[in-house]
Amino acid sequence: MSPRRTPSGGRIDRLRTIRFIFDGTAYTGHQGDTLASALLANGVSLFGRSFKYHRPRGVLTAGVDEPNALVTVLRGEVREPNIPATMVEIHDGLTAVSQNRFPSLAYDVSAINQLGGKFISAGFYYKTFMGPLIGPLKGTRFWMLCEKIIRRAAGLGRAGHAPDPSRYERMNAFCDVLVVGSGPAGLAAALEAAQSGARVILAELDPCFGGSANWSGEKIDGEPAATWASDVVGELKAHGNVRLLKRTTVWGYYDGNTLAAIERVGDHKDAPARGAPRHRHWTIRAKSVVLATGAFERPLVFPGNDRPGVMMASAAMRYANQYGVLPGEKIAVLANNDSAYRAAVALAKAGARIVAIADLRPDVSAACRKLATEAGAELLTGHAVIGTEGGKKLSGVKLAPFSAASGVSKGNARDIGADCLVVSGGWSPTIHLASQAGARPLWSDDLQAFLPPEAGKGWIGAGAFNGTFSTAEAISEGFAAGRKAAGQPALETTTLPDVEPAPLDPNPAPVFEIKAKGKAFVDFQHDVTADDVRLAHLEGFVSVEHLKRYTTLGMATDQGKGSNVPGLAIMAEALGKPIPEVGTTRFRPPYAPVSVGALAAERFGDLKPDRLTPMHDWHLENGATMYSAGLWFRPMIYGGPGETIEQAYVREAGATRETAGIVDVSTLGKIAVQGPDAAEFLDRVYSNVFSTLPVGKARYGLMLREDGLVFDDGTTWRLGEHDFLMTTTTANAGKVMQHLEYFLDVVWPDLKVHLTSVTDQWAGAAIGGPRAREILASCVTGTRVDNEALPFMGIVHGEIAGAPVMICRLSFSGEMAFEVYSGAGHGTHVWEALIEAGKPFGMVPYGLEALGTMRIEKGHVTGAEIDGRTSARDLHLGWMLSKKKPFIGSAMMDREGLSASGRLELVGLISLDNRPLSGGAHIVEEVDTANPHGSLGHITAACFSPALGKYIALALVSGGKARHGKRAHVSDPLRNRFGPVEIVSHHFFDPEGKRMHG
Amino acid sequence: MLITCPYCGPRDVSEFAYQGDGNRTRPDPASTDPEAWNAYVYDRLNPAGLHNEIWQHAGGCRAHLAVVRDTLTHEISSVRFAREHGAPAHGRRKPGAKA
Ligand SMILES: [Zn+2]
Repeated sequence: MSPRRTPSGGRIDRLRTIRFIFDGTAYTGHQGDTLASALLANGVSLFGRSFKYHRPRGVLTAGVDEPNALVTVLRGEVREPNIPATMVEIHDGLTAVSQNRFPSLAYDVSAINQLGGKFISAGFYYKTFMGPLIGPLKGTRFWMLCEKIIRRAAGLGRAGHAPDPSRYERMNAFCDVLVVGSGPAGLAAALEAAQSGARVILAELDPCFGGSANWSGEKIDGEPAATWASDVVGELKAHGNVRLLKRTTVWGYYDGNTLAAIERVGDHKDAPARGAPRHRHWTIRAKSVVLATGAFERPLVFPGNDRPGVMMASAAMRYANQYGVLPGEKIAVLANNDSAYRAAVALAKAGARIVAIADLRPDVSAACRKLATEAGAELLTGHAVIGTEGGKKLSGVKLAPFSAASGVSKGNARDIGADCLVVSGGWSPTIHLASQAGARPLWSDDLQAFLPPEAGKGWIGAGAFNGTFSTAEAISEGFAAGRKAAGQPALETTTLPDVEPAPLDPNPAPVFEIKAKGKAFVDFQHDVTADDVRLAHLEGFVSVEHLKRYTTLGMATDQGKGSNVPGLAIMAEALGKPIPEVGTTRFRPPYAPVSVGALAAERFGDLKPDRLTPMHDWHLENGATMYSAGLWFRPMIYGGPGETIEQAYVREAGATRETAGIVDVSTLGKIAVQGPDAAEFLDRVYSNVFSTLPVGKARYGLMLREDGLVFDDGTTWRLGEHDFLMTTTTANAGKVMQHLEYFLDVVWPDLKVHLTSVTDQWAGAAIGGPRAREILASCVTGTRVDNEALPFMGIVHGEIAGAPVMICRLSFSGEMAFEVYSGAGHGTHVWEALIEAGKPFGMVPYGLEALGTMRIEKGHVTGAEIDGRTSARDLHLGWMLSKKKPFIGSAMMDREGLSASGRLELVGLISLDNRPLSGGAHIVEEVDTANPHGSLGHITAACFSPALGKYIALALVSGGKARHGKRAHVSDPLRNRFGPVEIVSHHFFDPEGKRMHG
Repeated sequence: MLITCPYCGPRDVSEFAYQGDGNRTRPDPASTDPEAWNAYVYDRLNPAGLHNEIWQHAGGCRAHLAVVRDTLTHEISSVRFAREHGAPAHGRRKPGAKA
């Protein structure tokens, strides 16, 4: 038998022994134990070291509010840090380690920090390490150096580096009534809602339903509370419209009554069930929510209140009643309210000796006196604990007479031997979810706690959440809340269930702190003391939000579940204001830590779809190196053996200008613009005129944004009177579509135009070069392609290898070129026919690099120049701005700033040192490698030009055209590239366009 | 957040694309009044409360919707087709007026 396990009782399965390992030592426990209860049963009292001072810490609570007993759970190579031992269910093979100690929990070298405690008070880090020091050891850089060292000494658990092999999943759920919390109030609410036919979800964060019914020791309608609870759960299970979720924490309350919850499906098992995830994330849309989340017992602030062995009274009672574990043999009690007396009786019944009950109140009720007698305890009213004794384990407490009015002790102290001190400082309703939903809490002077306001729009409260601490009334409230949430009218009369024993007075004395010498902790997890709070006040922190950030009170993983109100009370006292005037902070999600894996669930790795052109496989089979352009994959080069990228694109571009080349242009955005007002619509969205375009011709078009800057460019083909095919740049296809849809739907709903995205319906191949026309002529049937039938910007329809095609003579490369479009399903067929036709002429396929090279040689702009900051004139496209009609952007394009001199304009650059140029490099008049400055602009695109035999670039340079013929320098300190360039026109090659016009 | 598309019914916000402030009034296209254009392109309200917005049901019917949303609660009190009702449903602001 474990030293602290009671001989009987508790809701554990004593026949099932479970073996687990903590800090390398093997222990046993029973089915139903948490790691905390099992370790307590084994006599373990030291669970961890504190955040800043490395003080020994035990277990303070029995639930999700645990600030001290944080452990790291090891699953194979995966470490999960900062899990409260109170929330870990033991299972065979469970391995956990304590945190923030070196080399071991018992002997921790950093514990020396506590001797110099004064120096690590509130704001210490900021003041010391970020303050004005001398020389190089100052400011942010010094802080960053120190931070690394401090972070190692101060902190919580350490995350691992191993990838998490667990599977996580997400669920969406809908219900009429979501009940959060399955204590007596929540169970009643769920049952009532279910009986009225509503779809109900009941979420309980613990492994078993029932909440306090599992450990209160009460009788409900003559039955033990736990039996009553399991009967109700049985009834709920019998309803087809109820979903019961245990081990499920509702952690977020969002707008539209959308709640987030995490279900720990597999953490309590040594191996997950087949197909089961580790955690399941729930997004629950509830018509109505019943908040039955209970309340947390608050610690009291007194010197030595963090010593292992000090525990919340309700937690001690829960360990005794639910887990059959005694947290101590000789137990002292410190309370400012009645509830601790019940705990004292429960602990006494379970076999502990209650050595003393110190009550801060000068007098207590007869009921309390009776309970003290029942517990066999000496009752000391008007007394406080002013200190604790012991090292890593409590050995005694110092009691002294106490004045609740002044908060200080007076008279002689008395030492009492005890290995456990249970404390109750009153109760704070768990209003987190209501606060997340926007409810402003109201201070209750009676309960000395923040209560939720009247029920909110989508929720209604019940039980201790409302400050209703009587179980009978909580159940009654639960039934009423369940009815209301399910949309049923309230009952006219209600009968309270019969609950024994009778409820005690829930109101505590308004005492939060016992002022005496020594460190008295408010926030255990972040090691924030009462003096830290007062220091923050002395230093001028008045707002509770500032106090919180400066002292880090309530900002640890427990989010101040226990420390919030005591911290606020001490601040209020320092400010000389009542607590409600100081205010409370608004709670934000998550209510408790949530695994990132569950949030991501199946959404990891590459989340974007791959878009492949119809000819994708051909490219791969023919040696293409693919390049991802947005979602698309496009050939970068068709490299030969041993060829570098530059060698490959120079060869491809050279061959195209020499004979012919072919490139896949299927990725261009394509939008069918159809309808009687299509031409009018295009006149409004393009800066140039399209209504004059004849059928069977294409025109290059430019679109501006409303603010007058360039948006996108492309050619649009008039296929019929009311039928246009617009092409956009690959990258902007989606944005242009949305832009056009917006104007059509919102601004010009009167225009009769229909838009259809046809990007994926067409395959496109551009074939260009001096022999391109001959190649085309040799494989196209049904149409001529000579200059007369197919002039520049003309469109013809024909067939290639039996497949219908549409051919437009236009050029991006500057060569005589044709874009051949076929249905996507014929794409590869037509492409292969063109390749075959090109063989006798030495035509090459070319990729994006060669395409880019030829466009730089021609000075055509792309996304690198249309960067959202350039105007049409900056890009020398002013000739495309029609003066005959208004268009999108026309009103704003002539603003002062857009026509000012000195704007960056498109120019060409030639490298004068025969070395490559690269995008992003700055252009300067004078090189200054030590202190680069005086940027005139930057390079947008660069390549080696086979046509010129030089390294060239396009750039946006202030002054632009006026600098043609002048020398400048590239200044690229990141890549250490400096050197002379000549600024020239962006039309490097064939400026008159003789080649494409043929 | 759910937006009830008049075509498609209540759908999750992830199906929609925000398409800007619904208080904008586009000046006459031929107008060269810089104040009016500046107000249309740049001036935005930032109300704590009801706000006119344009949302596109991008992952659905692609209609543009004139939505009135409370920026404090995300409560949506009105959804209508923008093409039928124009942008606003809740007090339009004069161009150029300060927010
Ligand atoms: Zn829709």
